[in-house]
Amino acid sequence: MFQIQVSTSINGDDTEFSCEADETLLDVLRDRLGMTGSKEGCGTGDCGACSVIVDGRLVCSCLMLGAEAQGCEIETIEGMADGTELHPLQQKFLDHAALQCGVCTPGFLIAAKSLLERNDDPTEEEVRYWLAGNLCRCTGYDKIVRAVLDTAKDMRKPAKTKKAAAKKRVKA
Amino acid sequence: MQYHAPATLKDAVKLLASSKGTTQILAGGTDLLVRMRTGFAEPDTIIDIKRISPMCKIARDGKGFSIGAAVSSAEMSENAALAKAWPGVVEAAALIGSTQVQGRATIAGNLCNASPAADSVPAMVAAGAKAVIRGPKGKRKVAVEKVCKSPGKTILKKSELIEAILLPAKPARTGDAYLRFSPRTEMDIAVVGVGVCLTLDTKGVCTAARVSLGAVAPTVLLVAKAAGALIGTKVDDAALDALAAACSAAAKPIDDKRGTREFRIHVAGVLARRAAIIARDRALGKS
Amino acid sequence: MNFQPGKDALKRNFKIVGTRTPRPDGLDKITGRARFGADMTAPGMLWGLILRSPHAHARIKSIDTSSAEAVNGVHAVITAKDFGPCPEDVLDIRENVMAREKALYDGHAVAAVAATSRAAAKQALKLIKVDYEVLPHVTDVDEAMKPSAPIINSKLFTKGLDKTPKKPSNIAERFEFGHGDVEAGLKQADLVIERTFRTEATHQGYIEPHACLASMGSDGRGDIWCCTQGHFMVRQVCSALLGIDASGLRVTASEIGGGFGGKTTVFIEPVALALSLKANHPVKVVMSRSEVLRASGPTSSTSIDVKIGMKKDGTITAGDATLRYQGGAFPGSAVPYGAMAAFACYDLKAVRAVGYDVIANRPKQAAYRAPGAPMAAYAVESVVDELCKELRLDPLDVRLKNASSDGSKASYGPNFDVIGLRATLEAAKAHPHYKTKLGANQGRGVACGFWFNFGGETSVSLNVNADGTIGLSVGTPDIGGSRASIGNMAAEELGVPHDKVRCIIADTASLGYNDVTDGSRVTFASGLAAINAARDAIGKMCERAAGIWGIPVEAVTWEDGTARPSSPNAGKHDPLTLADIAAQAGATGGPIAGHCEINAEGAGVSFATHMVDTEVDPDTGYVKILRYTVFQDAGKAVHPSYVEGQFQGGAVQGIGWALNEEYIYGKDGTLQNAGFLDYRIPVASDLPMIDAVIVEVPNPGHPYGVRGVGETSIVPPLAAISNSVSSAAGVRMTQLPMSPPKVLKALGRI
Repeated sequence: MFQIQVSTSINGDDTEFSCEADETLLDVLRDRLGMTGSKEGCGTGDCGACSVIVDGRLVCSCLMLGAEAQGCEIETIEGMADGTELHPLQQKFLDHAALQCGVCTPGFLIAAKSLLERNDDPTEEEVRYWLAGNLCRCTGYDKIVRAVLDTAKDMRKPAKTKKAAAKKRVKA
Repeated sequence: MQYHAPATLKDAVKLLASSKGTTQILAGGTDLLVRMRTGFAEPDTIIDIKRISPMCKIARDGKGFSIGAAVSSAEMSENAALAKAWPGVVEAAALIGSTQVQGRATIAGNLCNASPAADSVPAMVAAGAKAVIRGPKGKRKVAVEKVCKSPGKTILKKSELIEAILLPAKPARTGDAYLRFSPRTEMDIAVVGVGVCLTLDTKGVCTAARVSLGAVAPTVLLVAKAAGALIGTKVDDAALDALAAACSAAAKPIDDKRGTREFRIHVAGVLARRAAIIARDRALGKS
Repeated sequence: MNFQPGKDALKRNFKIVGTRTPRPDGLDKITGRARFGADMTAPGMLWGLILRSPHAHARIKSIDTSSAEAVNGVHAVITAKDFGPCPEDVLDIRENVMAREKALYDGHAVAAVAATSRAAAKQALKLIKVDYEVLPHVTDVDEAMKPSAPIINSKLFTKGLDKTPKKPSNIAERFEFGHGDVEAGLKQADLVIERTFRTEATHQGYIEPHACLASMGSDGRGDIWCCTQGHFMVRQVCSALLGIDASGLRVTASEIGGGFGGKTTVFIEPVALALSLKANHPVKVVMSRSEVLRASGPTSSTSIDVKIGMKKDGTITAGDATLRYQGGAFPGSAVPYGAMAAFACYDLKAVRAVGYDVIANRPKQAAYRAPGAPMAAYAVESVVDELCKELRLDPLDVRLKNASSDGSKASYGPNFDVIGLRATLEAAKAHPHYKTKLGANQGRGVACGFWFNFGGETSVSLNVNADGTIGLSVGTPDIGGSRASIGNMAAEELGVPHDKVRCIIADTASLGYNDVTDGSRVTFASGLAAINAARDAIGKMCERAAGIWGIPVEAVTWEDGTARPSSPNAGKHDPLTLADIAAQAGATGGPIAGHCEINAEGAGVSFATHMVDTEVDPDTGYVKILRYTVFQDAGKAVHPSYVEGQFQGGAVQGIGWALNEEYIYGKDGTLQNAGFLDYRIPVASDLPMIDAVIVEVPNPGHPYGVRGVGETSIVPPLAAISNSVSSAAGVRMTQLPMSPPKVLKALGRI
């Protein structure tokens, strides 16, 4: 099986890789690019631990071939913080103890980020339904939902919103 | 395994016709990659249709809609006009899997996977949707309820693929709805699925209806008797009872790990009633 | 014990313990930097894959690996032949790790391959030819006990009977606990209810599959990185299985993505090591989700009879239970724990619990959070609930009337010390949840639960760095936030700010032996050991201060992180902080450290009361959880957020177990739902917020009063939900899970 050359952008960095036709994006991230933040919990799109954002869309990276990433902009957990400045969701997850073992946490953070980018005032029900594709076995979801709602509340405050807008990364 | 991402429909059809061994069309990949991962599919060739730009669009088709085969469920939900005209279809598509899955999954793929439990199919059938099938000799339109032959098998020939799903122009005072029963609220597969589409006249009397059941037979059912229970009525309790009974009678489910026969038969009736109420209220302009 | 708790120590004003400090491993986990089992690589690494039996029970006549070995990229192929003789106590594990004469369950490992790529390993696996002779199988616990059942192990003769039987069976052992005259007690009752319950096997459902990276050298020494709840256990078992010295194998515990008991044993680690030894390369083995469900360690499926007698005034006169648990293809189910825990919440004069440990053609069971107890509590608490309903008595009042209390004789033998069951019941009764109005098709259920909690062998090393910061090495993998709690206890004891202490999980070469992280023992035992190590270090620092001041060490006292002369008689000396003493360590005798190596005793049992409201859809049988409150005794909540997290997590696992989770076997004995689509754990949209009320009745066996909390929380939910459904819909669900078809059937709608 010959390998396919793919050019993509990951967390704002231009990235090239080659992969076999049947390798998933998750395989590529973890095994070829050493980006082990996205996790494989099931390999079949049922747990969300591999969640990434592709061209602004929340997806399971285990349900995408590496080849399909050609020309796409991919956001993973490794790019969620802005240098040493944590994304508000990351900080709130710590504040609310919204993680125990932490293996599902990258997936949840990416999924919640995607939600708040679309809806800055979700109800508890909306948060729960949006995150239903992310399984957590440790927390019972309670503190995760609280952290997301609290982040949304903070992000709606005018000062913080402007600051967040000013933080958009500039492409090289 | 070979991966191709043709830029035109013509190229895709050529590839389909010429490739050796097993060939799979890749749209959302939310079924195909799972089957590959679990050893149920080992295609020699994969043809990714997402670079074919008309396949990625939702267009108006007269007063109806043409939903390209590569359009994701999420994109359908985000199309205001589509969501307004056919909320049942859009909601059904939005029940597939999870948010992540909906970001990729397509209703064309959902149809072609030919699972008896496919969520979008009963809703499409109730709405009177048609599949546009493209092959080397041109294209043909087939009613969605005729596309699946048996679990896992469609009527598509080796060199054919679905180009788009057409939704007809929605008559005035028409409402559609889809409900499914699953053990969990999300991330689940239909144990029973019911799609109802009905049209009322100005007096609130039902003049046309289509009732479709999923997960209760090897392929989707279009239940004429159930529609008949609604036509000519104001979709009142008596009509709803008759509807439920007709749906339960039409259901021919199996016992499997997701539900027992008796359960599916009973719940088909329960959901039909509930879906018809939603469809009726939508037709009456109530949200 | 080298401390004197007394009641005063328990009333201490804590500065750090009890506060919600940020967790030390948090930053790595929220940025994706934390390295879990599958996140490690090594140069020259090969990928390992395991071939598994597709049959529930089959004789392995031969295995031909020659074609597999010929695949380019394959460096090693192993079978059971590659595991030599081993001590008797790990024979079952060796058999489970790789089948020898028979495949005993669908998914049982029969061979393994290491190759340069996953594709090559996959190809090689397909080329291994196994000649199976399929045998009759049995997967149901009651069927397995019948004389006509296929015998799985012809050398298994039931233990624990008056006479050892002559014929082998699938019943490994009989256990009995209790005291008093049960028959007489039942005669005293105004109402006796007898019911049989069945529960299906469930899986711990950790999101991280088992994963390891093994690297063995030709000198018989090596390393293994793995996600485990007990890396010392991994060392012990793997060195025994591979015939190498314990000191030759260094095991490093990765961050662990959930365990709940399922990672307290080995599955793939010996295979990875054996492959690595044969291939002379590092070998990485990661289980797929389907392998996890088929071939790691789910719980037992059970069949339980319970008979309880109650007087009109609510006094329970006698309790009798017979519990039948199948633990997979090997003896060792948790039925003795189930039998011991079944009536533990009640102070009974007449009680009996008999347990049968049964084998079946299923994967070897492993612990799942309070192993054995949830099923037993489900059965007992359901019957108590039914008695209350029949006699029109309040379920909390009845439990208060009969509750085990300080000094009462437990159903399993010993007398309880200071316990908090009553406190949880009283908290439940006083809580607004209990008064919340219920609507149509809604009902409330309560249930109590108990877990023993354990101490165990624990080693801790506390090092005082020259800059006054503290390095604390523990050997109990952190599965719930214990690093933060243990660090905080050490900081509290030393009298330094919490962020001056860094607690790490040391590898097996760097620290003394530690029992597995299980039995809710870590906060208790590693915490206790850390406190003792801190006191040890304090003792040494006082000696240094005494030396610096030229006074006897008895004249030095330690307070708030500072050494002071204990009285004016000792002379005028400026206090020396920990940092001051640390800075002078080299000049005053060398590095300063504290140690503790113990077999921790004094673990306090933990009780809980759960209250849940459900709504049952009478047309579909769907059960919705409306409201859930956990009341549990934590003794002393070192870090309240993590204690709440344990309560909530355990409750939700119980919700899944009660409503939807089950192992489904086909007629051919193979697992039908080996994935997260059809093995249905709760998703966020299925649940409300889970309210957690921490009750604190300090444990006299711990300097700060700590009780383990991790396990008790999964014990009450099965019964609480069943009792709630009974209130909501008027049906008694005697089979779990209470999936909608079962509920609808119980309602008579189908």
